[in-house]
Amino acid sequence: MLVGHQPKDFLLAVSGLTVSFDGFKAVNDLSFYVEENEIRVIIGPNGAGKTTVLDLICGKTKATSGSIQFRGKELTKMRENEIVQTGVGRKFQTPSVFEDLTVFENLEISFPRGRTVFGSLTFQRDQPVKDRVEEVAEMIFLKDKLSTYADELSHGQKQWLEIGMLLIQDPDLLMLDEPVAGMSVSERAKTAELLNRIIKNRSVLVIEHDMKFVEDIAHKVTVLHQGQILSEGTMEKVKNDPKVIEVYLGH
Amino acid sequence: MIINSRFFNRSELTGFIVLAAVLFVILPLSLDVFRLNLVAKYLTYAFVALGLVLCWGYGGILSLGQGVFFGLGGYCMAMFLKLEASSVENTKIQSTPGIPDFMDWNQITSLPLFWQPFHSLTFTILAIILVPGLFALIIGTAMFKRRVGGTYFAIITQAVAAILTILIVGQQGYTGGINGMTDLRTLKGWDIRPDHAKVILYFVEVVLLFACIGIAQFIRLTKLGRILVAMREQEDRVRFSGYSVANFKIFAFCMAAIFAAIGGAMFALNVGFMSPSFVGIVPSIEMVIYTAVGGRTSIFGAIWGAILVNFAKTSLSESFPQLWLFGLGALFIAVVLAFPNGLSGLWADYVQPRIDRLFASRKAKAGWTDNSVADGAPAE
Repeated sequence: MLVGHQPKDFLLAVSGLTVSFDGFKAVNDLSFYVEENEIRVIIGPNGAGKTTVLDLICGKTKATSGSIQFRGKELTKMRENEIVQTGVGRKFQTPSVFEDLTVFENLEISFPRGRTVFGSLTFQRDQPVKDRVEEVAEMIFLKDKLSTYADELSHGQKQWLEIGMLLIQDPDLLMLDEPVAGMSVSERAKTAELLNRIIKNRSVLVIEHDMKFVEDIAHKVTVLHQGQILSEGTMEKVKNDPKVIEVYLGH
Repeated sequence: MIINSRFFNRSELTGFIVLAAVLFVILPLSLDVFRLNLVAKYLTYAFVALGLVLCWGYGGILSLGQGVFFGLGGYCMAMFLKLEASSVENTKIQSTPGIPDFMDWNQITSLPLFWQPFHSLTFTILAIILVPGLFALIIGTAMFKRRVGGTYFAIITQAVAAILTILIVGQQGYTGGINGMTDLRTLKGWDIRPDHAKVILYFVEVVLLFACIGIAQFIRLTKLGRILVAMREQEDRVRFSGYSVANFKIFAFCMAAIFAAIGGAMFALNVGFMSPSFVGIVPSIEMVIYTAVGGRTSIFGAIWGAILVNFAKTSLSESFPQLWLFGLGALFIAVVLAFPNGLSGLWADYVQPRIDRLFASRKAKAGWTDNSVADGAPAE
């Protein structure tokens, strides 16, 4: 990889990223670049450091060394909420929605306005907010569940709700950690449809194990192994890489 | 400012009407001044409970140190009243006239600098709000920005309560020590001790309580109220929705501190003294118990909790003084094990459905008659 000079059109530039937990390097000198409107899937065996990479980008874990540049801004020095405001959205592996609030309220909280203490005290539920919430609710198949409390939703519906909460933030980079895990076959198909719709006009970084799903959506695939990149490229190229077959796909 | 819905929903409106009827009409008409003054004392804890509803019930931040803020508010008020009671003519038998009696007993010969501004009532009122507010802001910033939360935060608030008690007791000459500040007499020349003054102070307190209920309900209905609930269960999701979780926690903690301080100030006025026994660990935990018994997620429930538990405390400790603490402990365990949403939860689960059914059948027959108000039982 080039050092020092990078072309301007990279949305996300991760370079030399390392994090060590008590000496164990979960991510080791990792560099990769995501372009505008690119869908990048990260695959790899358990413990390869996939989720840690997302944690590092969204600020949940602090990097030991290296840099993460998003539109030229250094993310490693920012707080989580600042990173979100810069335009990075993150979906967690287990659905994390607000169960004591309704679907409408869940989506409303994610609406990018009134994010300070004072702003949230004076926040008005006006027409643009309602319209946007309804628009997103329709996309995530929850239009007729707006006044349902989130704890009454099924697992799949909670996953959709969380995706909807990210969507309403309208991030430039959307990070999804196993979006179809634990879903039924029909939910999986609907989710693929949903993802294909929402990835327009933004870059997406997805962790997924379901290879069929990966093939459907990925522009480019990065294979991680022991915190390092094992292989990178199109699905076709990665699938035929002997190293990948050995550690991951072969079984 | 109210967002496209009513300020109170129906069951909250019932709660509001019941509480207003009981505090403004029923109790003043049925109790003698001594008992009414006791209720005024109970109500000072209702302010604390109200703050705990916001901070603990909604925000999930358990503070075991609300006595600190109750005490700071109370001491600010008491300092003003004490200075007024220590005029030169009232204290001419002292070796240094014109300073509070406990200072004279402790060989202090001039009024300390930090006491000086408490000659002014305006300053005192500001201090009642600002001193605890700023103190909570400092503790909150130090803790929440470093992501200290849960039990660790609770333990630290306990430590603060213990430290403040030790400080007050130790600095006898400046604070009145273990006896506190006693013999408070007048407020701007108006004697606060006679019966008619106690009745007026009671009503002032109830009006203030309703003002605070209004503020708490307003906060609850804004998006901030929903963020508090969201934060209680999924802190990370709130953070990754672009909010600074720490700032919201600090806000909730400061509001709880300010409510507690107003209660403390009213305590000094209504009860006529302030002492470190309302500051430390035990009273702080008792305040949490009132809130838990009443229902920590219900504004009206917590207020009833404060009133009823204190009423039980007075009646029980009049007859069985040794049993009271065991009773309180048992009550808390019962709440945690059997009815985690407190009295308001019991009300919502068992009483409210019956009322609703009654309403439904009555409505079918004729107009409505009001059964719910007559109960006088804790409302949600």
